[in-house]
Amino acid sequence: MTPTKAIPEPVRVATPNPPARDCSRSLLSVTSLGVEDVSAILRLATELESEEPTLRARRLAHRRIALLFYESSTRTRTSFELAAKGLGADTALISSQSSSIEKGESLKDTGITLRALGAECIILRHLSSGAPYLLAQATGLPVLNAGDGMHEHPSQALLDLRTMLQALRRPEEGPGETLLKGVTVAITGDILHSRVARSNALLLPRLGAHVILCGPPALLPDVALELGPGISIERDFDRALKQAKVVMMLRIQKERLTGVHIDLDEYTARYQLHRQRLLASAPEAIVMHPGPMIRGLEISSEVADGPQSVIAEQVRNGVAIRMALIQRALTPEPQPQAKGRATAKKRGRA
Amino acid sequence: MKAILIRGGHLVDPSAGVDAARDVLLKEGKVAAIEPPGKLTAAAKQVDAEIVDAAGLVVAPGLVDIHVHLREPGQGYKETIATGTAAAAAGGFTTVCAMPNTIPVNDSVETTRWMQSAERNPSARVFPIAAATRGSMGEALTEYGSLKAAGAVAVSDDGKPILGEAIMHQALAAAARAGLPVIQHAEDTRMTGGCSMNAGALAFRLGLRGMPVAAEAGLVERDLRLLAELKGGRAHLHIAHLSTAAALDAVRKSRRNGLHISCEVAPHHFVLTESAVGEYNTNAKMNPPLRAESDRKAMLEGLLDGSIDCIATDHAPHAIHEKEQEFERAPNGITGLESALGLTLDLLHRKHKVSLSRLITLLSTQPANLLNLRGRGSLTPGACADVVIFDPKAEWTFRASATRSKSTNTPFDGWPMLGRVRMTISEGRVVYRWEPSASAEGSDASASQERVRL
Repeated sequence: MTPTKAIPEPVRVATPNPPARDCSRSLLSVTSLGVEDVSAILRLATELESEEPTLRARRLAHRRIALLFYESSTRTRTSFELAAKGLGADTALISSQSSSIEKGESLKDTGITLRALGAECIILRHLSSGAPYLLAQATGLPVLNAGDGMHEHPSQALLDLRTMLQALRRPEEGPGETLLKGVTVAITGDILHSRVARSNALLLPRLGAHVILCGPPALLPDVALELGPGISIERDFDRALKQAKVVMMLRIQKERLTGVHIDLDEYTARYQLHRQRLLASAPEAIVMHPGPMIRGLEISSEVADGPQSVIAEQVRNGVAIRMALIQRALTPEPQPQAKGRATAKKRGRA
Repeated sequence: MKAILIRGGHLVDPSAGVDAARDVLLKEGKVAAIEPPGKLTAAAKQVDAEIVDAAGLVVAPGLVDIHVHLREPGQGYKETIATGTAAAAAGGFTTVCAMPNTIPVNDSVETTRWMQSAERNPSARVFPIAAATRGSMGEALTEYGSLKAAGAVAVSDDGKPILGEAIMHQALAAAARAGLPVIQHAEDTRMTGGCSMNAGALAFRLGLRGMPVAAEAGLVERDLRLLAELKGGRAHLHIAHLSTAAALDAVRKSRRNGLHISCEVAPHHFVLTESAVGEYNTNAKMNPPLRAESDRKAMLEGLLDGSIDCIATDHAPHAIHEKEQEFERAPNGITGLESALGLTLDLLHRKHKVSLSRLITLLSTQPANLLNLRGRGSLTPGACADVVIFDPKAEWTFRASATRSKSTNTPFDGWPMLGRVRMTISEGRVVYRWEPSASAEGSDASASQERVRL
């Protein structure tokens, strides 16, 4: 540890008023981001990615970041960890299987414990929707939502955005509202249980994109339309593909299916993205998948590994975007942007 | 017990059709006399009555809440009968009916008696509602006759709806024979597994599984069908905490068929909508959940047009550590005894021009009648000396931290309230007295304060 690091305040567990949380440095939902915030995160990701690694590692040298994972994860956990380490931060991984969480310790107490150990930011993956709000409230620390239940996965939507801009050769500069102007994104599969779908559907239309949600009613209820403007529902996959420049496939989340019975043969016939279908309906589109993929179910191997696939780029972009989010979380915003922060706060609470 | 003369107040007693200046003399736990101002002075002097000056205040029969959870026996860390009834008294309630989902479940004569014992140190009269089935397991009926003899005023498996048709049929028939209402928590739990709020666009966006309107309306319709099929027609079905327009429509239709059906609504269901969940506010989580605006409006209309019989709080205290959890894990329920009158006066009386008499009907006279609570909900001579005295114009701010309940799980912390309870008298005993210095916290409008010293 560097001696310059501020010692965190002593923890008073019985404190009646938890510290006010700093919405601007947390990322709990994409709805709290203004389009100008999105542009700033994209710029910062590019800046950090191209920075000389030893210089970059001084940015957050030995600052402490906790990765609190209540659910299994490969991509998100590893890329958050690599992102934090790339900025020079110390990381600690706490997973529900090997910690006091198994003994029944609450999320609040776990958060307070991590804060007492010097964590300045907590990256949370949780199986319950809204858990990051509770953690941010309880600790007053910036919290980065790494996926909460069926709610949101904001860093995934941002890395998806970066991947789209690169693959479609569109500039990340310019006004945020037009970043994806004229781009139709078809998100297909288990929308109901997908936090990736929610974050993308809430973010992309604000950047000019049109989002088509596609899937059977059991996995895509009509109420999904009310997520916001710029969203439509198309039950016919081929028709959705014909309009799309971006095709995003989702896994059926068997672990969250309660009382929903899906005939997998029928599902595969109607909604699998395979080579013939892609060539017939969307030969120019890019193909995305947030992972984990179930090859042979929602996507065929040929497509996943094929020339239109940008799935590996998504993973790669994860590190850059997450570096930007961590840097942002641990850097107090300069004064002139205070106004923007206030509006973001208001939006988040609306 | 000292006699009390309440002098100079405005009496609102819908049971006697009184809405006028009256003095009230209370003696030996009963209402001794009601007379125009000044006419009871001599009688009061004779019995050395304590004089309560109620000038500018409303005097009404103590409020009656037929749906509370007092958590005793078994969960004294959330609430006890003493603290729950202290909150009741502070909210103007002199009678509360306690649901049986205690630990153990109140399905026995022993527990029913235990809850009514003076050793519980209550500040309001507690009438137990006994479990309709043993352990509220929905399988075998409890002993309705002996439970009634022990003091139970209704049967219910509140929180655990009676799903089985045969057992519900048996419960209605047996309760009719015993002369007890059956109170149903109408929720088809086969449709609500894993759900934590109202189904709809907001639940979808928040990634929470939603309870559909049909889960409530469907079971209400099923129960109404069973009630109609029952021969003899003496069975009384009461629907607890109605929350949807669809279920209210079903109740309205069945009334036309002459069935003995009644229903209640909780203040939060006509004041709040699901939007109060906001960013996963567990103090806006209860069952039935807060619904859409159209449902909230339907509840208001039901109160205005009389198709809803009464207001009941569903007071459901939980400890802080239980509510400070992930939204899906946090228990259902909010406290309600101290905010009910203030919310109801503000919304129904001030904003929707409902008369005070009608309001007291909904909060006192009618709920007392529904569960046959003799001597309650009325201030006629001979009735119980259960009185609430409140300043109908006082504006104040509700503070969860100032509650007399053991728990603070309310979505109304910091809400503006209309109407301040000044004194609550239960069976002739003053159980609550407003202390301006202690409770004001600088938030009371001073205009109508301090005209009287209570």
